[in-house]
Amino acid sequence: MQLLLESLFNGVAIGSVLLVAALGLAIVFGLMGVINLAHGELMMLGAYSTYITQLIFKQVSFLKPFYDSYVIVAIGIAFLVSGTVGILLERTVIRRLYGSPLETLLATWGVSLILQQFVRSVPLAYASGLVIALFFGLFSPLFISDDLLSGAKGKLIRASIWGFSALLGVATGGILSSLVSKLSRASARNVDVTAPSWMRGGIDFVGITFPKTRLLIILITLISVLVVIFFLDKTAWGIRIRAVTQNRPMSDCLGISTETVDIITFGIGSGLAGVAGVAVSLLGSVGPNVGGNYIVGCFMVVVLGGVGNLLGTILASFSIGIMTDLIGAGRLLTIWPDMPSPIYSTIDFFATTSMARVMIFALIVIFLQFRPTGMFPQKGRMVES
Amino acid sequence: MKLSKRIFAGLATASLAVTVTACGGSDTSGNFDDTVTVGILHSLSGTMAISESTLVDTEKMAIEEINAAGGVTVDGKSYKIEYIVEDGASDWPTFAEKSKKLIDQDGVPVVFGGWTSASRKAMLPVYESKDAFLYYPIQYEAQECSNNIFYTGATPNQQSEPATDFMYKRSPAAGGDFFLVGSDYVFPRTSNTITKAQVKQLGGKVVGEDYLPLGNTEVAPIISKIKVALPDGGIIINTLNGDQNVAFFKQIQDAGITPSNGYYVMNYSIAEEEISTIGPEFLEGHFGAWNYMMSIDTPASKKFAKSFKKRWGSDRVVADPQESAYNMVYLWKQAVEDAGTFDDNAVREALVGQTFDAPQGPVEVMPNHHLSQTVRIGEINSAGGFTILEETGVVEPQAWNQKHPSSKGYACDWTDPKKGEKYKM
Repeated sequence: MQLLLESLFNGVAIGSVLLVAALGLAIVFGLMGVINLAHGELMMLGAYSTYITQLIFKQVSFLKPFYDSYVIVAIGIAFLVSGTVGILLERTVIRRLYGSPLETLLATWGVSLILQQFVRSVPLAYASGLVIALFFGLFSPLFISDDLLSGAKGKLIRASIWGFSALLGVATGGILSSLVSKLSRASARNVDVTAPSWMRGGIDFVGITFPKTRLLIILITLISVLVVIFFLDKTAWGIRIRAVTQNRPMSDCLGISTETVDIITFGIGSGLAGVAGVAVSLLGSVGPNVGGNYIVGCFMVVVLGGVGNLLGTILASFSIGIMTDLIGAGRLLTIWPDMPSPIYSTIDFFATTSMARVMIFALIVIFLQFRPTGMFPQKGRMVES
Repeated sequence: MKLSKRIFAGLATASLAVTVTACGGSDTSGNFDDTVTVGILHSLSGTMAISESTLVDTEKMAIEEINAAGGVTVDGKSYKIEYIVEDGASDWPTFAEKSKKLIDQDGVPVVFGGWTSASRKAMLPVYESKDAFLYYPIQYEAQECSNNIFYTGATPNQQSEPATDFMYKRSPAAGGDFFLVGSDYVFPRTSNTITKAQVKQLGGKVVGEDYLPLGNTEVAPIISKIKVALPDGGIIINTLNGDQNVAFFKQIQDAGITPSNGYYVMNYSIAEEEISTIGPEFLEGHFGAWNYMMSIDTPASKKFAKSFKKRWGSDRVVADPQESAYNMVYLWKQAVEDAGTFDDNAVREALVGQTFDAPQGPVEVMPNHHLSQTVRIGEINSAGGFTILEETGVVEPQAWNQKHPSSKGYACDWTDPKKGEKYKM
């Protein structure tokens, strides 16, 4: 019983990391059909946001008393940062490549390399300044009435918004670099996010230690999934997004601004990648390559679950998580120690982390042979094709 | 919406916000009769850049120190050392290509370079075919002895063997069972083969081992296995690589695998640089084994740390790989001066037997192109350094490990043409 519980918890813990990482991709790839290879790098930006937030909370005197809660603030910041960069990416690169998946794949791979090199060679303080400038430049026109933005006067106002945002960005960069010396120099070195003391250690319950960071990641995942489901099912924009997914020309005819829907969908998908970055930063170190380690797992989850199906993504990530624990930790050997020796040695052979991966990939390949469209194939017409 | 205009303005902002810093070259002062150009070949980009750039910094510092003290004197003429830095880009074929460039095009008499065993294995055929000379500064799995490479890092008998002995006999977990964790590549697997043989000799038991594929940071299954194999604590030998250590230590601490619960980790790849990245709060109470530790309390060690901080910033630390890199530049200089020429073959002969008062203490070049060095076992403290617990005398290097089944009974000696790379003792 205890063993079952422990194995189940481990599986859910591994699965929830996969799920939170794949959730954004499930939206971008699943709903929009965009193969975004820069998804991992958007996660990386989220992880770096966590690191910067942590440093700011440590250095700025009026934020110090709230240091313990910086992770929660970081989730919001990471969502905005990755979302902003994602929207910029959609507007500049992906929008021009809708309907040509191979070109999108190559272009986003290029973007991922650019982003990796960007965090290596630009001091983080100025990188934050740049993101802030982008954020205000892109979003503040939304809060100004359309009358002011039209005509010659509008051009002037837009230009001044960008000018103001640029100033704000430069100022932020300057302030941050003078405040936190660690952010003022560019460095390819991996950095480290330290969880606040209340999140370290574990909770002992029925003889099993439940690590607190794992519990928090499961919680973050749960909340993200619930918010996404609520957003897609209940809100007006969510319904529009699904309408555009099902039939773009018809939605367009009915007066849905498909361009805005694309921006919102991609923004949310990217923002979720940022949230995943926060979760990932709590588990390991934060570096330019952190996203690349997760991207394959993300695609695996989305494909296995069935493209465009959120429930499939959830089930797929948890089943991969539980399988990883079952095979990789050699659970069967513990449950049934006196199994016949040929079976024992076979299972023992696969009971290492490397071989467990091989086994899981093999099982997924076999599964996809029989169900090429994943656990929950899309029903009805895919008009996008 | 005219979004494209906003984007152009955004790009303008980007160019405003990004500042470009230029790199300075070496200064050109002093009175020298001539100059000699050496090659430095490490990764300055890619995954290994984090580690390898510290070696470039150290090698530059050693060269600057030598120049400030009058350069290299050959045949009564003083030479100023200049260097060409090439980027191996964390890509092994690039290391081979850049080596060819340094040897053929730039005609350097010596190349200081490499970190990973994979990069060394890629460079080896280049140096052997061109009969050039590579100086390699990292602790590694040995089982190699090239006439064209000079290895200044520790061999397993200068690091892992004394460390295993310490863990089994004198650590707080003495007599306990062993669990071996490593990244999935050549160094951890070779090192663990040696450890397994040694534990067996000592009368101990290895109850499990697992290897994490490079780039993977999910250690939950490994933690479960450790808990099943070592329910009441024990010894964990860790040969994980770089960032994977961060994930490992963060997650084992949360899972209750800590010194206070009787679990002690001995690390072969965690030096001062890595401690500051991982965070001492995760590592306190665990152990490390190196030839050089920053906390060595001798004038030579303090001077080394002080000049490095003075040259590169007060927040920088020095660690074992940097010390090896520092030593090899000085040993090359001594050998050149003794040989009286920059010629590879003469320098190679003069190199064997060279001694140097290194930051770690005296070192000597042995006939197998490795260094005899001191081994230290340290406990990681809350200040991010090592509290040195034990110090061996000078240990001679074994290029061919005497505990590994494939190399038992073999040795290497380049001073005797009959013996060479691998001969039966």
